[in-house]
Amino acid sequence: MKASGKAPLGALFWAFTRIGLLGFGGGPAMIPLVRQEIVKRHAWLSDEEFADILAIGNTLPGPIATKMPGYIGYRVAGTLGCIIAVGAVIIPMIVAMIALLTVFSRYRDVAWIRGMGQAVVPVVMVMMGQLAWDFLDKSKLVLGWLVSLTMAAAAGVLIYLLGVHPGLVIGGILAAALLRPMPRKAGAS
Amino acid sequence: MIYWELFLAFFIPNIIGYGGGPAIIPLIEAEVVGRYGWMNAQQFAETLALGNALPSPIATKMAGYVGYDVAGISGAMVAVLATVAPSLLLMLCALGLLHRHRNSPRVQCMSQWVRPVIAMMMAWLTWSFFSEGINNAGLLHTLLIGAVAAVALLRFRAHPAFVVLGALVYGGVFLG
Repeated sequence: MKASGKAPLGALFWAFTRIGLLGFGGGPAMIPLVRQEIVKRHAWLSDEEFADILAIGNTLPGPIATKMPGYIGYRVAGTLGCIIAVGAVIIPMIVAMIALLTVFSRYRDVAWIRGMGQAVVPVVMVMMGQLAWDFLDKSKLVLGWLVSLTMAAAAGVLIYLLGVHPGLVIGGILAAALLRPMPRKAGAS
Repeated sequence: MIYWELFLAFFIPNIIGYGGGPAIIPLIEAEVVGRYGWMNAQQFAETLALGNALPSPIATKMAGYVGYDVAGISGAMVAVLATVAPSLLLMLCALGLLHRHRNSPRVQCMSQWVRPVIAMMMAWLTWSFFSEGINNAGLLHTLLIGAVAAVALLRFRAHPAFVVLGALVYGGVFLG
């Protein structure tokens, strides 16, 4: 892996600014946009390279929408490219969040502002419920209902009844997955 | 020290959170609301709602705002760095190793086995938003807003930004 320096920093900045501003729906939804800019529009990477980077990014934890820009930025324009690409994707909306929520918090004592805050709670409840269902459903496809629900229940008991830190529970599972002898059923994808 | 706590609160979720940005949200909630008590469930829900209404990755938006709320601009920088840097550095440094193992069943196992745990935490978070809704907006409003939001999001695939906006207007008028 070498920084090739084939992309001008300005173009890199604007490409990832566009991706950040158009990328609604979180990381996974942004990947087609990244491909559009990097492979189709600027041809900084080939389709195979892009698919490879995506596959590698998915072997690591953390948000995919910052690993991709960071790695691509580094690959096509070095360390500065990496910083510019990540910054262009994340900074504008972080500033927007801080500005909007700071104003909102300042007027929390006003009755109708507080009402607005209360009314979004059921909306995020629905969104979170949908995410929970998606994750359970995907888990069912690979592990089956019995294993998925048993693991979920066991994790629930450990984390919420016994007060074990979720990091320990997940860390233990990750270690078990890495260290176990050869698996019998080798994943779907 | 506050910066160290901020770093840990975002480093841990991002280093164990397989499954992209959404998988990290309940893990962040466990730290920010559960462990350190920097926010209550209501504030976390508001942050999440706005985060879902704006573009760009959710994990960095949450980190940026929580970090700023707790310790100003430098707090935001620490939280965002803890979110972005670890997995990105791993990717840059261990590319060869990862490349060899990207299709390894063991590695795929990791994200598959973590999924039920994340699903459980998301379900728990859903429940805590529900009880928060009952406490503040009341059962009737919570069920009504939740039902309309569910139909709009799941049935009509409405954009989250419009659903959040609709709820803000409803809340300003009827819950004020």
